[in-house]
Amino acid sequence: MSAAQKTMENTVTFDLAAAPLRELNATLQGLDASTNQTAWSVHNPRGGHAIAVGLTAPIAVTIEGHAGYYCAGMNDGATVIINGSAGTGVAENMMSGLVHVKGDVSQSAGATAHGGLLIVDGNASARCGISMKGVNIVVKGNVGHMSAFMAQSGNLVICGDAGEALGDSLYEARLFVKGSVQSLGADCEVKEMSAEDKTILVDLLAKAGVDAKPEEFTRYGSARKLYNFHVDNAGAY
Amino acid sequence: MCGIAGLFLKNPALEPELGRLTAGMLSVLTDRGPDSAGFAIYGASTPGHLKLTLRASAGFDFLALPAKFDLSCAEHDDHAVISFPAEREAEIREVLARHPEISIVSTGARMELFKGVGLPDDVSKRFGLHKMSGSHAIGHTRMATESAVTTQGAHPFSTGTDQCLVHNGSLSNHNDVRRVLMREGIKFETQNDTEVAAGFIAYQLREGKKLDEALHAALKSLDGFYTFVVGTETGFGVLRDPVACKPAVMAETADYVAFGSEYRALADLPGIETAHIFEPEPAKVYFWERAA
Repeated sequence: MSAAQKTMENTVTFDLAAAPLRELNATLQGLDASTNQTAWSVHNPRGGHAIAVGLTAPIAVTIEGHAGYYCAGMNDGATVIINGSAGTGVAENMMSGLVHVKGDVSQSAGATAHGGLLIVDGNASARCGISMKGVNIVVKGNVGHMSAFMAQSGNLVICGDAGEALGDSLYEARLFVKGSVQSLGADCEVKEMSAEDKTILVDLLAKAGVDAKPEEFTRYGSARKLYNFHVDNAGAY
Repeated sequence: MCGIAGLFLKNPALEPELGRLTAGMLSVLTDRGPDSAGFAIYGASTPGHLKLTLRASAGFDFLALPAKFDLSCAEHDDHAVISFPAEREAEIREVLARHPEISIVSTGARMELFKGVGLPDDVSKRFGLHKMSGSHAIGHTRMATESAVTTQGAHPFSTGTDQCLVHNGSLSNHNDVRRVLMREGIKFETQNDTEVAAGFIAYQLREGKKLDEALHAALKSLDGFYTFVVGTETGFGVLRDPVACKPAVMAETADYVAFGSEYRALADLPGIETAHIFEPEPAKVYFWERAA
C-alpha cells in the first residue's frame, strides 16, 4: 500500500495522485466489520469516478476535494464525508450508513437508495432522490427539477427551494420543503403534517444540524391516483 | 457521449498558457470522446485583417498559397490559416472556390478552428495546440452517435464570422430542421445533427437575431439532448436542454471562467481548489464576455 500513510491520529491517508483508484476501493472493500482501521482520508480525488464505492465495513472515509460520479455508491454502513462537491449519482443505491457532502451535488443524488442518510450542505441539481427506496436525504440548499421522481419510500428534506415537477409519479415517500416549489409533478400533492411526519422531520433536521422548525416546512406526498388504471382515461390512449 | 472544454481567460497573463491548458482539458475528456477532437482558439487579430482556416487532404502544399495570393499563411498539419486585408475577402474566396480540394473551415478576425479524427491528444499534437495562445478557446472530444466518424463530423462547427458551436448530446428532429433550413438557403455538408444546430444558429443570425436570441430560438425549435457551448469573438455562451440530460460544470476564479463536461477536466487548472464551482441551470442562456 505505497500511497497509504498512517498518521499519528491513526488515520490512513491514501493519495490518489500516487496510487490508482482501484487500489483504494479494493483496500476499503477488503476491510471486515471488525477492522480497527476505521479512519481513512483520501487526497487528490480530482473529480475521479466511483470513489469509495461498495463499502461494507463501519469505517469513516473523508475525501479531501471534489469527487466525480457515483461517489460512495452502494454504501452499506460506512460514513463517507466529502470536503468538496460531488458529481452525478452520489450515494446512489446506498443501503445504510452516512454520506455527507460539504459542497454541492450534481444530478441523481441518492438515486434508488434503500437506506442510510445523505446530507448535502449545498445545492443538489436535477433528479435528487430519483426512485429512492427508503433513504433519508437532507439538502440544505435547493434541489433541481424532477426531484423524488418515482420515489417509493424514505424522506427527502429540502431546506431551500425545489425545481419543476417535484415528486412526479410519486409512490410513497415523504417530501418536506421549506422554500418554494416551482411546480409539483403528476400525482404529487400537499399533505397535512402528521405527528409522525413531524417526529421524522425533527429527527432528520437534528441529525443534519439544521436549525429550523418543522412548522416552517410543507409536507408533500402521493395523491395515489396513478396506482391503478382509471377506465375513464381509456380515451386518452 | 462527447466531452466539451471551454476556457475564457480574464487574466491576460495566462494567455500564453491557453493552448496548453485547453489541450490538458481535452486529454482528460478522451474517456467521453475518443474518436475525434477539435477546438476553436481566439488569438490575436491584425486590425483590418481577416483570417480563414482552411483544410485540405493530407499532403496539400498550403505554403504554395501565399505565392498565389500574396498573403500570410501558417500551416498546421492538414489545416492552414491565411490572413489578409478584409477588403480582399471576395477575391480570395473566388480563387479558393476554384480549388475543390480546399474547404474553408472558419472565418474570423480572431477565431481559428481545427478538427480531425483521432484521439484528442493526437489531434492537439498534430495542430500544435500546446503552443497556441489567446484569450479563450472551446474544444470538443467526440463519441459519434448520429453520423459517421469523419473530419467533417468533428466539432466545433462554424456558425458565422468568429463564431462556432460544440455539442454534447443528440438532436432528434435534425432531419426536419435541416429540410427547413435548406429551403432557406443554408448549406449542409454532412448528415450530422450538430451541423444542423450550427446551421440553425447561422440562419437566425442571418435573419438579424442576436446570438442570445438565436440560442433562445434553439430552445423552441431543436428537440433532443444538448449541452451547447458557443464561441464568439469576445467570449463564450452555454445552453443546456430543459431536461439537462448532458452534464456541465463551470468553474470561475479571478483569472478565468472554465467549462467542462465533468469536473475532472477542470482539475488541472491553476487555482481550481478555490474556484467557484457550479452547474449551469437547464434552459438558461449564459454568456461570459469581455470588451472586444
